[in-house]
Amino acid sequence: MEDSYDVAIIGAGVCGANIARRLSAYELDVALVDREADVSFGVSKANSGIIHGGFHHNRKFLKARLEIQGAMMFDRLKAELDFPFVRCGIVVVALHEDEMRAVEQLYAQGVENGVIGVEMCSRERMLELEPKLSRDAVGGLYAPGGGIVEPYRFVFSLVESAVKNGVRLFTEWEVVAAERDGGAWTLRAADGRKLRALFAVNCAGLYADGVSRIFGAEDYSIKGRKGEYYLLDKLTKAKPDRVVFPVPTSISKGMLVVPTVEGTVLIGPTANAVEDKGDAATTREQLETILRSARNMIPDISETDVITSFAGIRPTLGEDFYIDASAKVPAFVQVAGIQSPGLTASPAIGEYVKDLLKKAGLVLVEKADWDPAVPKVPRARDLSLFELDALAADDRNYGEVVCRCERVTEAEIVAAIRRGHTTLDGIKYFTRAQMGRCQGGFCTYKIMKILMRESGMEWSEIAKRGRGSTLLEGEL
Amino acid sequence: MKELSFDAVVIGGGAAGMAAALELDAEGHRVAVVEREERLGGILAQCVHNGFGLIEFDEELTGPEFAERFEERMSARPISVFCGCTVLELGADDGEKVASCISAKEGALRLRSRAVVLAMGCRERNRGNIRIPGSRPAGVFTAGLAQRLVNVEGYVPGRDVVVIGSGDIGLIMARRMSWIGCKVHAVVEILPYPSGLTRNIVQCLHDFDIPLFLSHLTTDIYGGDRVRGIEVAPIENGALMMEKAFRIPCDTLLLSVGLVPENELSRNAGVAINPMTNGPWTDSTLMTSVPGVFACGNVLHVHDLVDFVVEEARRTGRFAAGWLGGARPRREARVKAGPNVRYVAPARVEAGRDNKLYLRTMIVKNDALLEVRLGGKVLLSSRKNHVQPSEMITLTLGKAELATLADLPDEAVEVSIL
Repeated sequence: MEDSYDVAIIGAGVCGANIARRLSAYELDVALVDREADVSFGVSKANSGIIHGGFHHNRKFLKARLEIQGAMMFDRLKAELDFPFVRCGIVVVALHEDEMRAVEQLYAQGVENGVIGVEMCSRERMLELEPKLSRDAVGGLYAPGGGIVEPYRFVFSLVESAVKNGVRLFTEWEVVAAERDGGAWTLRAADGRKLRALFAVNCAGLYADGVSRIFGAEDYSIKGRKGEYYLLDKLTKAKPDRVVFPVPTSISKGMLVVPTVEGTVLIGPTANAVEDKGDAATTREQLETILRSARNMIPDISETDVITSFAGIRPTLGEDFYIDASAKVPAFVQVAGIQSPGLTASPAIGEYVKDLLKKAGLVLVEKADWDPAVPKVPRARDLSLFELDALAADDRNYGEVVCRCERVTEAEIVAAIRRGHTTLDGIKYFTRAQMGRCQGGFCTYKIMKILMRESGMEWSEIAKRGRGSTLLEGEL
Repeated sequence: MKELSFDAVVIGGGAAGMAAALELDAEGHRVAVVEREERLGGILAQCVHNGFGLIEFDEELTGPEFAERFEERMSARPISVFCGCTVLELGADDGEKVASCISAKEGALRLRSRAVVLAMGCRERNRGNIRIPGSRPAGVFTAGLAQRLVNVEGYVPGRDVVVIGSGDIGLIMARRMSWIGCKVHAVVEILPYPSGLTRNIVQCLHDFDIPLFLSHLTTDIYGGDRVRGIEVAPIENGALMMEKAFRIPCDTLLLSVGLVPENELSRNAGVAINPMTNGPWTDSTLMTSVPGVFACGNVLHVHDLVDFVVEEARRTGRFAAGWLGGARPRREARVKAGPNVRYVAPARVEAGRDNKLYLRTMIVKNDALLEVRLGGKVLLSSRKNHVQPSEMITLTLGKAELATLADLPDEAVEVSIL
């Protein structure tokens, strides 16, 4: 007999994680499954990492309503969960007079949407808000509530909180079959594992179309749209104080300059349709385009500051999110086509899906002992020498600096591994080790050794991100 | 928190740090060396090939042997060594320098001193720095990381290898990987000439029949979970010939695309950095823009040979000792890089003594002329059989050549390769 759950959530990205955590507040047995080796390894790991300002979309869209609601939930979430988030504000910069009409429309939309503090800005006001802007700026928009977040850390914390409150997480669990019998779904994984659940939620991101078909539900097609990014060193002179947007076009919000929470600068993304949804390769042409576009807004951006580049694939469906109970099969909720502003909207998606499940018959009884908080992992780079000294007295691993570029100690690596992040990328996203200017040149072998020691893994099991991404081929 | 006082603190216990510390000790100063790894020697530990010490010891040693000789000298002296200890910040307090450190053994430490020698070495440039496009599979390593994995940790990172860039570590790793039974399919270099030493091209590539593709740009890295190969295209007359692009399958990529002095600590301490070397600007005594803070070895500029590093570090140690004793440079002139010269280090010379200068050229040339001018007058000129960017050129400017300096105090000494 397989394990039985009330709800099975397919996909542990930012949507699945928010839904799982929301449901963890009730007396329910919840399973969260993901095909990858760790959570957040799909769409959620490679995006702009921003909390949108609520002015880009019209309220007639579900995504706009969820964006506005979701954006307001982040302060509470940050207090409960240990993840980097700052409301640094967003500026939209117009570089020509003829762009100001579009800015006015965004402003009107922002006001209509009830965005707090949204402001039309003169050239002078723009340069005061963001002194690094091009002198060509003619004006723009300011949304003080916009912010920046580390998306994978957000997902990690959500899942940690969910698991702490009873949700069962299964990684490398790719759903290949689903059958409805006796009022429940039986799900089968690629490796033969099975589980039963009364309800299923499809948060499979790029692969939601395939999952929907496996369940015999609606037939639709998720298209991948690739976004390429450059990451600039912390030492760049071009770090803005706020997220800088160009004036959007009809198809895209355009390429941004994002000061990340941890001090680096992200520029991008491009937006190109791709056939292969696994194709996250960067290209020479697109990266040149990004640099040009970013320099239009912030001229100080230099290609010598680049430490790495990457690409993410957004799952596009229609103009809006598709979040609804299936009309074709029972007890199946679709959460599909969650592209921008999905990260911002995700906490509200958690609420929305909880309500959909309730409407479909799921009984929600609050847990008396639900604990929303996760323990904070002290980060050496945030600590004074005195604080670090005190920590090292209790745990000498706080005295062992493993990653010099991002100042990550062995204690933080161990914390990541003990939370189940046992791939090099998982450790990177949790700790930032390998994410700085040397990109793991000095610390990779040290992390491998700690990983083997802490997890009991063999050298042959050490992988970048699971499956066939192993690092070593043999021993001497 | 422990606080200790010294005359000088040396940051980094590789070849440069040890050589500078030994010199300061020999001049009678109380010295501490802070090393982040568990033992002294720095990057030498993983350089198990030979070719070290020809100048210093007049014999050919491996990296670990070279390091050991210096460790022995260190242990014979009353020098305080802090291994497994990372300097987090270099600051000042009450006219003294303070290195704030953390180690597992001792917790936080504050090391006070009047002088500091920076000897942190350099790091490898990586894929992002040179913007190689493509996917992001496992199996892409910097050459130095692969060297560590093979030579110290005892692992084989992959079987079918391509090396991007022809820096010395890449060339040495091409040979090393061949020795352990891997197939090295190619070394790909964007420039029309190799970035590594000629002796390494011969001993590491020619002797193993490894093809070297000069003037070839890596235009793609492909593969899903693990790298499956790269695409390269030739550059002809400055133009990238995409129609002549071809693929080289491999399961392992090693990058040897340059080294960068690691100066984050220096920058945060207010040390001014020369953008040409990525190392500190120094005066004729190898003192940085922060009085009492000196620099030597690969943190100052990237050297070809450890023997040069040691030689420079000794001078830095002596200058730092002199500074502690009250000596200050008197009649200095700026040194500037003239035609075809990328940089000259140090960037100042003193008129009253011999000055050893290191420079790198930007050109490949046979029968070149090295010329030093001051105010239109040629101070020194010498013939070089062959110059190339990968081979550092040394030069001594003595009292005699600089005699006219008194008359032209605002002029810069210009070094050119013609």
